Order: sequence, then structure tokens, then C-alpha cells
Amino acid sequence: MRVVTLVTGAGLLLTACGGAKVGESGSAQSGAKTGCGTFNLAINPWVGYEANAAVIAHVAEKQLGCKVVKKDLKEEVAWQGFATGEVDAIVENWAHDDLKKKYIEEQKVAVNAGPTGNKGVIGWYVAPWMAEKYPDITDWKNLNKYADLFKTSESGGKGQLLDGDPSFVTNDEALVKNLKLNYKVVYAGSETALISAFRQSQKEQKPIIGYFYEPQWFLSEVRLVKVNLPAYTPGCDADPAKVACDYPPYELDKIVSKRFADSGSPAYTLVKNFTWTNDDQNLVAKYIAQDKMTPEEAAAKWVADNPGKVKAWLPTG
Amino acid sequence: MTVPSVARDSRAERSSAADPDHTQAPPVLAVRGLWKVFGPKADSVVGSTLPRAELKARTGCVAAVRDVSFEVRRGEMFVVMGLSGSGKSTLVRCLTRLIEPTAGEILLDGEDVRRADERRLRELRRHRIAMVFQHFGLLPHRCVLDNVAFGLEIRGVAKPDRYARAREVIGLVGLGGFENSYPDQLSGGMQQRVGLARALAADPDVLLFDEPFSALDPLIRREMQNEVIRLHREVGKTMIFITHDLSEALKLGDRILIMRDGELVQVGTPDQVVGAPADDYVRDFVSDVPRSHVLTLRWIMREPQPGDDLDGPVLGPDVVIRDAVRAVLSAERPVRVVDGERLLGVVTSAEILEVIAGEQR
Amino acid sequence: MTAVSVAAAKAPARRHLLLVVLAAWVLGWVVLRGRDTLALGGAELTPLHTALGEGMDAVDDSRNSNPFFLYFVNYIRLFIDEAVTFVQALISQPSFGRPVPVLGWLGVTGLAAGIALLYGNRRVALLTAAGFLSFGVLGLWQESMDTLALTLTAVALSLAVGIPLGVWAGLSDRFNRLVTPVLDFMQTMPTFVYLAPLTLFFLIGPASATVATMIYAIPPAIRITAHGIRHVSHETLEAGASLGATAAQSLRHVRLPMAKQTIIVGVNQTIMAALSMATIAALIDAPGLGQTVLKALQTLDVGTAFNAGLAIVIMAVVLDRVTSAASRRVEAERRAGRLRSPRGRRLEVAGVLGVAGVLGYLSYTYVWAAEFPAEANLGSYVRRAADAASVWVQDNLAAYTDAVKNLLTNALLNPFEALLTGSPWWLVAAAAVAVALLVGNVRAAVVTAAGLAALVLLGLWQDSMVTLASTLVATVLVMILGVVAGVWMGRSDRADTVLRPVLDAGQTMPAFVYLVPILGLFGPTRFTAIIAAVVFAAPVAIKLVAEGIRGVSATTVEAATSAGASTWQLISKVQLPMARSAVTLAASQGLIYVLSMVVVGGLVGAGALGYDVVAGFSQHQLRGKGLAAGLAIVVLGIVLDRVMRAATQRADAASHGGAHRTSHRN
Repeated sequence: MRVVTLVTGAGLLLTACGGAKVGESGSAQSGAKTGCGTFNLAINPWVGYEANAAVIAHVAEKQLGCKVVKKDLKEEVAWQGFATGEVDAIVENWAHDDLKKKYIEEQKVAVNAGPTGNKGVIGWYVAPWMAEKYPDITDWKNLNKYADLFKTSESGGKGQLLDGDPSFVTNDEALVKNLKLNYKVVYAGSETALISAFRQSQKEQKPIIGYFYEPQWFLSEVRLVKVNLPAYTPGCDADPAKVACDYPPYELDKIVSKRFADSGSPAYTLVKNFTWTNDDQNLVAKYIAQDKMTPEEAAAKWVADNPGKVKAWLPTG
Repeated sequence: MTVPSVARDSRAERSSAADPDHTQAPPVLAVRGLWKVFGPKADSVVGSTLPRAELKARTGCVAAVRDVSFEVRRGEMFVVMGLSGSGKSTLVRCLTRLIEPTAGEILLDGEDVRRADERRLRELRRHRIAMVFQHFGLLPHRCVLDNVAFGLEIRGVAKPDRYARAREVIGLVGLGGFENSYPDQLSGGMQQRVGLARALAADPDVLLFDEPFSALDPLIRREMQNEVIRLHREVGKTMIFITHDLSEALKLGDRILIMRDGELVQVGTPDQVVGAPADDYVRDFVSDVPRSHVLTLRWIMREPQPGDDLDGPVLGPDVVIRDAVRAVLSAERPVRVVDGERLLGVVTSAEILEVIAGEQR
Repeated sequence: MTAVSVAAAKAPARRHLLLVVLAAWVLGWVVLRGRDTLALGGAELTPLHTALGEGMDAVDDSRNSNPFFLYFVNYIRLFIDEAVTFVQALISQPSFGRPVPVLGWLGVTGLAAGIALLYGNRRVALLTAAGFLSFGVLGLWQESMDTLALTLTAVALSLAVGIPLGVWAGLSDRFNRLVTPVLDFMQTMPTFVYLAPLTLFFLIGPASATVATMIYAIPPAIRITAHGIRHVSHETLEAGASLGATAAQSLRHVRLPMAKQTIIVGVNQTIMAALSMATIAALIDAPGLGQTVLKALQTLDVGTAFNAGLAIVIMAVVLDRVTSAASRRVEAERRAGRLRSPRGRRLEVAGVLGVAGVLGYLSYTYVWAAEFPAEANLGSYVRRAADAASVWVQDNLAAYTDAVKNLLTNALLNPFEALLTGSPWWLVAAAAVAVALLVGNVRAAVVTAAGLAALVLLGLWQDSMVTLASTLVATVLVMILGVVAGVWMGRSDRADTVLRPVLDAGQTMPAFVYLVPILGLFGPTRFTAIIAAVVFAAPVAIKLVAEGIRGVSATTVEAATSAGASTWQLISKVQLPMARSAVTLAASQGLIYVLSMVVVGGLVGAGALGYDVVAGFSQHQLRGKGLAAGLAIVVLGIVLDRVMRAATQRADAASHGGAHRTSHRN
């Protein structure tokens, strides 16, 4: 009982002494400039995406006075969010023609908000030390010559071609077959596993060849070298079973919910106007992934350094 | 030594009250042709005379109680005795249908218990028959008072009334002062007193005891046996007492029913069981019992012979041999066994010594 | 006697037959290698997969038109969403027009410690306060509260559903038989498998996350409640009946109070299950620590992942110890009567609630008590230390671990996998059914045949075989570890003290956290997946074995020791054989845990079914295949479980004079 009295007493004392009261002043609820309201931003699970999202969120919050709610979601799941109002915008979309068909054309719950300015590249990459040591390895025709280098416990006597995150569309099994390569596709299973394998390869000079893509923050840590597959021509990948050419270049774009587009929110204008380069994104991604800044810090730094670019995104008037 | 003699006295007293020869009142409980068969198609086994093992092998059934009939008189202490597996616990549970009998009739004051619907059965259990269990079956989360009042509570007696009654019986079983203790704080003997009080609280006509003292150590057991004898005398309830302990049965029982493999082997007073075993099984069973402690003069007296002096001391036929030893041995003439005015027979040192010598073997 | 000797004579014959079957299989493999292997490429689909995918699309499309959705599912979703949001408003998210939640860190900590004090004891109250403060110190206050909000809501709903069902299952044999296989299914189904379909019904967000958590957390609530209700002392129940208690009275006055302690154990298990699922549910937008872990994974940020993982472990330990203390308290009160008079208890409750109320008011009103002070944030130190440790491990151990990996992969895994995947499917099936028949019984063989047929129908034969190979290897490793460490722990109290917290952490730390360092050591390989599964499954197996060893009667051990048994003899001839049922249980539980990690394995290079599930989760056109893969995992689980059970039964029967027992059963 005595303890109780004591604590209660101390508590009352503290109450009397006070301190800043909640909602009194200096709280985060700084005056909203416009009727922006809540902006639900999907965060897909890769750092490049997060860089886009961080910068857009930063600008929306600090310059437009929006309340930004970030939602960490896988792509497929994020698209579902358009139907329910859970998600207002996806700010880096890699093609996904099937989803576009379903949600934009059929359900009419989403609309395309234009390209992000980033160019997506998918392909086979080797660690830089390998490109130095075996210069001709970057031509697919020489891959069989080096197949033995890439043998692992997983590849059953053939060379190992490491594939990555299951979210990404891959033609690799068909490519290996159709290009008659003496390789076996081994699924690393996640971006994490893929990056960790490339990192280890570079550090320990262990041979590796695998599926990778740009823009990606890791490329600013280890500059992987792309292997040239037979050049892409429109339609060469029409039949997934007969693909024998490189992946198409991607125009990354932004998708927003229909409701959000019609709301007249300044955040929508921001998303629509947003565009930057691969280098811009890689820089912010590097801040986050390598320099271990929080996305907010990284975005703040980039926005401070690039006021001109940001200004162009803002709603006029 | 005083304790057994108390028991004896009380029995003698009660026996005269409940003696079948003296009262013609209908039995409190009558059981006729009772069967309990465990297993598939139990009904078809009823009536079978196959030995237990063979029955099991052929039908997969176990007949725990087979064709048992008996009657219990009002105020009687009726003991059912048998070894483990003899079906005695099943039998007692059949009486209130805690285990549903397979066939037979159970009449409680003439009412067929087996015909009672669920509600009526509950009424019977709440008001007429109560049971005391081997491992007490107390509710560990309730104090003694609430345990004892439990039966009254579930039949809807108001709190003050049921507590008043519970306190009364707690006093009766000698637990006064422990009303607010919890079962786990009590010794085994005291826990069983709680079980006893719980059974008494509802003021039932019949009390069933399922080996109530076998989980207790010997000293406590004796104390509890005397307690039951005392209660029996004070409250005069009809009691049916299950035990596997022959000496307990002999000590408590007005009459004893002996079971083996689900079947009734013998029913009789303690001296009948010891003096005239129904078969070798019972004979073997009672062989270690000191006969002088159980048998009465009736069992050893002989016809007066021409040479006997018939002016010796007089004793009744129901005097236990042990109590007559001194009188007979110190008498110079044969002791006359007399029932009222009628001379039944005589007893001399020879008969007494034969019994005692038999015990020494 | 004759029956026994026949059984004894049969055993070697069986062993020979088993060898014959295996030899025939290997021979068949050599001859027929590569034929009828039913391989299916990563992006290839069977008609069934397409149909499943279309079915899911149909469900998706009908969400706003189908009455089942409009009047049922959607209301459930709204209700659960509201419930979670409400709890979040109280403790984690800005709410009611305020920039902070209703209760700040001071209020929540005070309330939690108060509850721990009232239901547990002073020690767990202190632990609770320290644990909650550490969330703030790690810099994860809000994330922790989000996780707590989700967990508590899911637990409340799980108990609201699970306890009544458990009571029912405890009372009714028929319902119990009905519900048991459903619960088995719910517990073996890998969580990833139902995450995606759930979003079809409940969309992403708290509702799906809560339902997913409930699916995982309800089974223990039902099972343990049923067990408690079922195992109330028979005699006490009879006593109640003999006094004329109705079924309802007997439930209320006898069964429920006497099962209370067991039910609280069920609550404990439910909470632990809910917490572990609440982190995985981050994949479908569940708020909280799981998100932090997942995000850290994208940048291979071991430090951040570990930091958040640590918060999860702390939360698990706090919740576990508080509910355990509550359960012990119930037991103690049962044994010794109420510890205090009702009046003293009322005073205590009032005092504790008063203090918590004052703290709550402070945290409602003042910023310093609402927002955890940033200066006290030591999370960055933890992050850096974990990073350093992870780097050191990867730099210094990689050489050794590589050798271990290659040895085990080449000597054990690869040959076994080659045999399973390289043989024609019908040969594998025939061999498997024969093995099930020989080590188990006819029923096990039938289940095996049906299960393998299902795998073929699902179109995932080869992937299933790859997964099966890794699963069996992982289970063997788990059991080696389980027996070695379990025996050690069961025999030595000191080992127990040292190991137990490590095991607790291994069980509650989200797998994602230790995946990165393991990846660093072993690369993206099947072996990495095996190690991850072993880390996850070994603690359970070790604990169960230790429990069994400790349960061996002291008298028997004493007898053996006095007969001059050496330590080794004591272990091998007395303790392990007597703890056999525990070892068996450890094996089957270990297997289920390993299977539940198959999907995570798919993320780190195990490929096969795990990869199919993950791919189905993230690629629209593969969703049907993902669902099929999930089902295939469940099928594998059921088959392995049944065969193992049958084998144990047979072994038990053989060692306990089975001939005698069987004659009884017939």
C-alpha cells in the first residue's frame, strides 16, 4: 500500500509540474495548406521503389501538407488495394500487363499516371571481377565455355544460373533451353538471397552468373556487368516457351486508384508529374541501403539538393 | 480394545432394531436381476452363463455385474465386499445410474429407478440418495463450506439456508472451524469428512460409500470407520458401503454381500459369512478371520447331553465368543445358552478352546 | 508365448523386405533414370493450376456483387478492421484528432505492469515494465504497439471463438472427432499458403492479417481447452452427478473451474502462436514489427532486422511469462485457498488500477509521457553490434561452413534427391507405399498411396520430391540435435538454464532475421533452407526430448545406477527408451515445424514447392500454381505424419508385447 501511495503521490506531483501538453504547440499537426487529406502510398518491396516513394512522400508531407500513410505491400497485393481504397498510388510499376488489364480495363478501379522516367533493364549479370578476368564472358555465345566455372552443389553438374525474387517474371528456363546452354536455373528465391550471393562472389572471387535488373541500389555497391543475350525485338518474347532473346526494356510507370485520380488531391498532381532518372533513384536508394539513412532522411537530403526538379512536380497555383 | 467393543455394542443394538425376523417393513432398496455389461451389443449378453474370459473372447463384452439381487432394509448398514474387479463399484454406481445398468430392476421405496426420466432421476439424486467417493471428488476451487453446500446449491437452496445447513453437518462430522479451508489444505481423512458432510447435507434416505477409506492410512481409516458407525447411530440413515477390506466389512456391516467376477456369492450377517461360508472362495477369504471375534455362542453351542449339569451361568445366543471366554472358562459347569426362557444349548470350555485353537493354527 | 516369438521372428523378415524394396528402387532408378519424372518448369502451368487461378479471379471479381460477400464476409472484414483500428487508436496510432494515441508509453507500460501484477506476481510485473520500456529503448515503440494491438485483437477473437468450441469438443466426442482433422489441417498448412487466398476474401490490411493470425492461433485454444475440459477428475464429475447436477451445472461449477488452469495454458499458447503469425502477416500489410523486419531484409540490413526481431522476442518472453505466472497463480490459489481475503484483493486491485490510471492520464495529457523520449533510443547500438557480429561470422566461418555444406549436400542430399526425382514417379510411389506398409500398417500405406496420387494430380510431383528430400534431411538433423541437446538438457539443470532462453529466442525470433547471416554462410542453396528449418524446428524437438528425459522415474534411474550402469548405459538403455514417446512426439512435431519452413526455404534457394508458393503469392499468373503447391505441402505433411505415427505404433506394440495387446483389441 505504501508503495502505491508513494507512486500516486509522485504521479500527482509530476502532473502538477506539468510539461508540454499534447496538442498544445509544436506538434506534428502543422497547418495543412490545402485540403490534401490522407494519401495512401503503397511501398513495394525493393529499395528503388522505396526511393521513389520516400521522395514523393516527403514532398507531399512537407510541401503539400498531406498525411501520408505508407503501406508495405507486394505488387499483386498492392493492386488489390485500389479496389478497396487501401491504396491510392503505386509509384514504380514494372509492366504487369495482366494486372493492368484486370484493374484498369476490367474493374476500372485504377488509372495509369504516366512514366517515372526510370528505364528498367532485366538480364543476366556477372560480378565485375569476372568481366575483368574473362572479358569475353559478356557474350552469351561464350557462356558454354565457362559453364564449368559455375558448377555448384545445386546445379547437378551443369553451370548454375541464379534466379531471383519470385515476384519477377523470368524467361530464364526457356532461354537456357532455347539457346542450348549447358546451365541449370537455380532459384535463389528472393532479392536478398540474390544480392547476398553477388556480394559474396565479388568479395571472395567466387564465380557467379545470375538474373538481375536495373535500377537497383546494389549496383552502386557492386557494379555488376550485364551479359548480352540475343537482342530484343518486339514480339520475340510472344511465346514464353520459345523465347530466345533478351528481356524487353521497361518503361516504369505509376498507377493510381481511380478514386484518387478523381479526387483532385494535390498529391495526385504530384504523383502524375513525378519523373526522374535512374541515377537519381540509385542515389537515393544508396542513401537508404548503403548509408543506412532512413527513407525520410534520404528523401530530405535529395530534395534539398534538387529543388529545381522538385518544383516542376508541384501543382501550379 | 474399547473401540471394537463400541462397534460391537452398536451393532447389537441396531441389529435388534433392523432384524428381519422382527420387522416386516418393506425394504428401502430392492435390486432384482441387475446386469451391467460393457462392450458392443451388451443386451445380447444378458443372461449368458459363460465364464468371464470366454465371454470376453467370444463377444468382446465384459459383464461387470451379472444377475445380482438383494434387498436393503431401512436403517441397515449393508456392506458390499469383493476384490478389485469384482464389479462392486460398478454395482453401486448402477444404483443411481451413474452407470446405466443393462438389465434388471432397482426399486427405491417401491419406485423403479430405471424408469425415472432425467428430471426424476435428478430429483432422486438431489434428495434421496447421496454418495461418498474413494478419492473424495471435492471441488478444489471451493472452500469446505461451499463444497458441503454444493448439493444444496445446485438444487436451488437460498444461500443463508444452505450455509446454515452446511455448518450444521460440518459440525456433525467434526470439521467445525475448517469452514473456510480449501481441500488441498486438509489431510486425507479430513477431506473425506468433507465428502461425508457433502453427502449428508442433502439429508438423503440412503448413503452410498464407494470404498471411502481405502485411500487413507490405517490409523485414520479406523478413526473414520468409527466415525461412520457413530453417524450411523446418530442419524440412522440406510447405508450401502463398498469395500475390499474384509475386516472393515465385518466391523461395519449388519449384513455383507460378497461379490466375485460380477456375481453375488453370498449375502449374510458377518457371523453367517464367517461361520457358514457359501463356497470355497468365501471360506478361503474368511479363513484368517479370528472366529472368536465374529462368531456368537449360537455357532458353537451343542445340545445338552444327559450328563450335563444344567444349572450353570446363563448367556444369550448372540454373545460373541470372545466376550464369553472368561465366563465359560471360569464356570465349573457348562454355560447355558438361553433365548428368553428357552434353553437353546450349552457351551463348555471344550467348544471355546476348539475355536481358539483353530485360530492359532 | 507363441505369438510373441512369431512377432520376434517377423521383425528381421520385415527388415530384410525393407532392404529388398530399397534395393529394387535403386536398381529401377539406375535402369529407368530420367523417365516419367513429371518435371514441370518454374513458369509452366498445368490446366489445374490455370483453373485454380481463374477460380480465384472469379472470387475476386464477385466481391462486390456476391451476397456471400456483401452480407457476410464484408461485415466480418469491417468488424475486424474496426476492432484492430480501435486498439491501435488506444495504444499505437494517432487517434481522435490527436497527434498521439490515447495512451502513451508511460500509460501502456503502467497498465501492462499492473495487469501482470494483478494476475501474475511482482517478478513478472517488473519483467513486463522492463520489457515494455525496452521497446522504446530499441526505438521501436510504435511498431511494437502495432504488433501488440494486432496480436491482442487476434487473441481476443481467437479465444472468443476457440474456448467455446474447445468446451464443446471437450464435452462431445463426436464434435471432437470432427474438429481434430480440421485443426491438424490448420496447423500443418504453411502460413504463406493461406495468406494470399485470404486477401481474396478479406482484402489486404488488418482484417486479413487478423484472420490469418486466428487460423494459426485458434487450434491451440480449442485443443487445450478441450483437453482441460475432458480431463477433469472423473470422480469429481461423478460426485457432481450423484448430487443431481444438471449438465449445465456440472459444466459451470465443476468442469470450467477445474479446467481453468489448463485453459490459461491454452491462452498462453494462443498468444504465442498469434504473435509469431502477426509478424509474418506483415506480408499482407499487417502493421508492426514484422514490417520493419521485412523491410530490413530488402537491404540485407541484419542490424535493423535483428533489432526488430529482438523486440519481438522480448514481447514473446513477456507475454509468455505473464500468462505462465497467471496460470501458476490459479494453481497456487487452488491449492492454498485465496492468497488474500477478498477485501485485501479489492484494495490491491483498486491501488494498482489507481496508479495505472494516473500514469495513463499523464500519458494522455503530457508529451513527455506520450512519446518515448528519443534520447533514450539505443536501437542504433544494437543494430551496429548485430551488424558487426553478422559480418564477423560471415567473414570467419564461411570456409568451414562451405565444407560442411558440400559434404552434407553431396553425400546425403543430392543422392537422395536424385533417387526421388530421377526415378519414374510410379516407381517412387510403389517404393513409398511398400515402405509405408513395412514400417507402418495397411492404413498408412493407403494414405501414402492417396497422398502421392494427389501430388501427381496437383501437377507438382517433381517439386514435391525435391521438397521431400530436403524435408527428410532437415528432420534427421533436427532429431540428431534434439536427442543430443535434449538428453543433455534433461540430465543437467545447468544446461537447462543455459539453453532454455536460447531455445525460446530460436522459436520466437522471426526466421527472416537469421536468414541473412545464414545466407551469407551457405549461399542461396537448399542447404541454407535446411539450416533455417533446423534452427526453427530444433528448439521444439530439444524441449520435448528434455521433458521426456526428465520425466523418467527417478526410482528407475536410481535402480539402474545402483546396478552399476555407466552414464552411457543409463542414457542408452534406460532414459532414452523410457522417454521414447517423447522422442517420437519430438520427431513428429519437428517434422511439422520443418514443413512449415518449406516456404521460407523457397526464399533462400530451396526452390521447389516453397518457391512455387512464394511465386504464386507475388505473380498473378502463378497464383493457381501457388495454391496447388500449398496443398502439396499439406499433403506431404499428412502422409509423413501418418506413416510416422503408424511406425511408432508398430514399434510400441513390438516393445510392449504387441501380440498380447492386439489379441485384446480383436
